Amino acid sequence: MKRRHRRPSAPDPAAFPTRTYDLLKEFTIASAVVALLTVGLAAVFSSPDVKPVTLASWARADGTDFTATAVTELGGTSTTATYGPPYNHTPDAAQKIGPVSLQNAAGVRIRVDTANDFVLRPLRQAPEPPAVTAALTTWTAAAPARQRAWTSAYSDALAKANGAAPARGDFGPVPVLVARLRELARAGALDGQLQAQGTFYQTDYTRPLLFLSDGSHLESLARAQHLKGDQWGMMNETGNYPGQAWLWLYTFWYQIEPFKSSGNADALIWAVMALLSLGLMLVPFIPGVRSLPRWTRVHRLIWRTYYREQAVERGRRA
Amino acid sequence: MSGEGAAGGGWTGALRRRATRALPPDKLLPDAQPAYMASWIYVFGVLTLAALMIVLVSGGVLALKGPAWWHVSGTGRYVNSLHLWSVELFMFFMVVHLWGKFFMAAWRGRRALTWVTGVVCFLVAIGTAFTGYLVQQNFDSQWIAGQAKDGLNSVGIGAFFNVLDFGQMLMWHILLLPFALGALTAWHVLLVRLRGIVPPIDATTPPATPPAPAATREAAG
Repeated sequence: MKRRHRRPSAPDPAAFPTRTYDLLKEFTIASAVVALLTVGLAAVFSSPDVKPVTLASWARADGTDFTATAVTELGGTSTTATYGPPYNHTPDAAQKIGPVSLQNAAGVRIRVDTANDFVLRPLRQAPEPPAVTAALTTWTAAAPARQRAWTSAYSDALAKANGAAPARGDFGPVPVLVARLRELARAGALDGQLQAQGTFYQTDYTRPLLFLSDGSHLESLARAQHLKGDQWGMMNETGNYPGQAWLWLYTFWYQIEPFKSSGNADALIWAVMALLSLGLMLVPFIPGVRSLPRWTRVHRLIWRTYYREQAVERGRRA
Repeated sequence: MSGEGAAGGGWTGALRRRATRALPPDKLLPDAQPAYMASWIYVFGVLTLAALMIVLVSGGVLALKGPAWWHVSGTGRYVNSLHLWSVELFMFFMVVHLWGKFFMAAWRGRRALTWVTGVVCFLVAIGTAFTGYLVQQNFDSQWIAGQAKDGLNSVGIGAFFNVLDFGQMLMWHILLLPFALGALTAWHVLLVRLRGIVPPIDATTPPATPPAPAATREAAG
């Protein structure tokens, strides 16, 4: 069978008239211009560097929020405790794209047990006053249902007290445990304990960051810095800096329905962005989309000299 | 060996012949270009490369001094600022370059792979910048990591690519992603040199004419 030769979609550039061009000179000038621009921008605007929040600064600045969060970590009702993969097994917590849950498929690979990792282990590792030793013994001896009842009752009492001392109730050893944890946090000991996790060198901040993220203190600071999701925060950074402006489309989807109110928003938006990225990559092969440049006629502006000369040439021939 | 003639030299010789056939020196480092290449939009490709070079150099200085240096040193803060602003310029130039190439339909004439490598460069650059924000060791890093983990966990990526693990993100930011970006950029530039500058839309092969004197050629450009 005779092979069909397709007409090339663009002629060979070597067949066109040429002009002199100095590649190295162009690169050198471009480098000098960009270097000058960078040096100037850095000198005038510098770069943002807002100090990180520590467990110590959190416990000192907003002890009520710290205590309320610690109770939910102990009772297993915090955001992290009920997160699902990759931190723990929580039924129906994982996000889905249609019937598929990639979150579940990846599994639990960074195991986090909030009660033990964030509260009980740090309390046991620190010097224990007798009241704390007794409270830990009472907590360990109690059945899980009893433990949940204590933390739930204490959480409710804290919410009702609104920052004041909570009313008396059946809270078991919970007030003693979280009060001691707050003491450790205020002294700066908890930061080290959550980071070290029994080793000397440490570069993994998963546990302290999860604990911080479960509270509302970090969130209120982020809102003041216009970093929240509903403030298009994904493309912002602290202060008046351009941030990651290139993430505008990614954060745009979070502002509109059906994503805005969906429990699967993160997974759905990832899927949309993956599809759009693939589409951008495959533009040359997508009929219609690949013809957009011809229809928009922006190319007439880019190559205006060429098209003008061609028009003159055609006129001369005519 | 000389006895093997022009086709000798084993794999090395074969690779050299193939490389020089595809990209002879005057095509790799040209001193002439098609006259239709006359628009400011062409400048953004080389500006992107120049900005990338400054990103790499400023990032290299930060790597030499360690990730905490810029928090405690005025010079370090300035070098960090150079890194930040060169990244902003790099991304701006690259986006303008990308849109320019889109409106030129620059994938025509067997240039689809050039377009694909360019888009992948853009996506890898976003990932590189993102990991940079994660390893700043300040409030921005904390907040961005806390938010980004939800997106990555929701599709299973977070189980392997843990944005809360500073050590892992630092390695991605200073080694794996820059290596990928550098390799992709080199491939992209070589493809540009290999296929040449895409002619204008609807341009036809001009009739063969005897070569004009150099002065006339320049005037036409």
